[in-house]
Amino acid sequence: MSEFIQYTLQGLAAGGFYALSALGLAVIFGVLGVVNFSHGACYMLGAVLSAVLLAELNVGFWAALVIVPILMFGFGVLMERLLVRWLLELDPLYNFLLTFGLTLVIVEAVKQRYGVSGLPYQVPAGLGGQVSVGSVNLSVYAIFACLFSVVVCVAVGLLLTKTRIGMIVRAATEAPDRTRALGINVGLWVTPVFGFGIALAGLAGVLAAPTRAITAEMGSNFIIILFAVVVIGGLGSILGAVVAGFLVGLVEAYGIAYAPTYAQIVIFVLMAIVVLVRPSGLFGREEVA
Amino acid sequence: MSDDTTATTTTEQPAPDRAGAPEAGSPGPGAARMLEVSGLSAWYGEARVLTEVSIDVAPGEVVTLVGRNGAGKTTLLRSVMGLHRQIEGTMTLDGADLAKRSADARARAGIGWVPDDRGIYASLTVAENLLLPPVVHADAWPLERVYEFFPVLHERRDFPGTKLSGGEQQMLAMARVLRMGSRLLLLDEPSEGLAPVIVQRIGEIIREIKGQGVAVLLVEQNVTFASTVADRHYLLAQGKVVEHLGNEDFRAREGELLTYLGM
Repeated sequence: MSEFIQYTLQGLAAGGFYALSALGLAVIFGVLGVVNFSHGACYMLGAVLSAVLLAELNVGFWAALVIVPILMFGFGVLMERLLVRWLLELDPLYNFLLTFGLTLVIVEAVKQRYGVSGLPYQVPAGLGGQVSVGSVNLSVYAIFACLFSVVVCVAVGLLLTKTRIGMIVRAATEAPDRTRALGINVGLWVTPVFGFGIALAGLAGVLAAPTRAITAEMGSNFIIILFAVVVIGGLGSILGAVVAGFLVGLVEAYGIAYAPTYAQIVIFVLMAIVVLVRPSGLFGREEVA
Repeated sequence: MSDDTTATTTTEQPAPDRAGAPEAGSPGPGAARMLEVSGLSAWYGEARVLTEVSIDVAPGEVVTLVGRNGAGKTTLLRSVMGLHRQIEGTMTLDGADLAKRSADARARAGIGWVPDDRGIYASLTVAENLLLPPVVHADAWPLERVYEFFPVLHERRDFPGTKLSGGEQQMLAMARVLRMGSRLLLLDEPSEGLAPVIVQRIGEIIREIKGQGVAVLLVEQNVTFASTVADRHYLLAQGKVVEHLGNEDFRAREGELLTYLGM
């Protein structure tokens, strides 16, 4: 039983990384119609930047939690302004290919600069060790990562549901053309939304840094699972991205614990079942012909 | 060769085009026209769906586009809104050229879009659907007035927009552009699929907004309904204006037109 609770916590912590990243992916897809393949690379950059800030500038975890998302927002803005923007008018496949190519560039650049062996990063002081709840020992950092992700997801949720900006983003996500015809300059929101989505991936990277091996390739597997998350949650559904993120984290953790041989495929079996039962995902709207 | 001449005539001298225009209900030559479309052609890829269409709408006037499915009515509305860009010809709003303006700029200039699927957001509440567009004109309806005129929208203000019935969604779509203060409404088949009592209500709403000097360009297949609200009618067939009738003529020829439309 105590093991089960530990696995659950690990799953929820990992789920938090998926939920934050998938949230970014969903918002970008919604407003721009772009499937950002480089999301995994941006997650990796978030983790690498945390390690580099610590090693070269002695900037710690707490500061990184603020600085890295800001840097990644800037990176997202540049990416949208310089590259993504020019392909928006074309078939969505072009931006998918662009971001795929960008992923290769980012990963190779990180390998060139920092090698392939992985960068060191410690669990920040105050969040190390374990805490005993009854007879169960739980990782303090996993509890923190899990709670932090939930808080950020809720905050983003409130931003989307309670503010005018959120209302516009929801409208533009649902029907960009119609929203333009109602007097909203959707183009004005495209750049900040893209930057915001990338910043969320970067934030997930910072959170993952203390618990994962920080390598140039850490985003490669991540992006594949992230696509599964988005499909399970329902493409374009923001709530779906968050719920499916935590769900996939849990399923993955149980898979690793109880069926290690099949751990890699459990998520995709889950995805297949969801798609069979509900083709538009758990929270996706049925496509109206 | 003769085709070329006709085309030139239509684009450069719209006057002969109006020779067949009806006396009744038509604005005199001096009346200010809110929307003026001249020589508009539109394509989807290689397929031409509108050919040299010229129409105009004056403030406080209700003008319909009548025609079968595929006649190009919706494309015409989408072109005016700026959502369909593969076009040639000129369009002006209050005399100002629309060509370079994006859809959102046109909406802010006073064009209100009520699409045939009503265009209600599922992810926004009824109230949010109303509040989403910016207020663009001093004559915009305040929210209180919208709720007074459409009590059902007040009752359901916190419901997701698409939980409303079809008729209520139509009301919401029209209320939305009135709250915005649009001066020219583009209504795409507002009566489609609705019960007669609701259609009647929509007729009342159109007459109310007409009384305020708002111009309405109405796409309709329901000829009877069109004749109860409109001043003038353009008949579209295969992307061309084939007839331009005042409402009296239109009523007199209703039977013939119904046959023509295949209804």
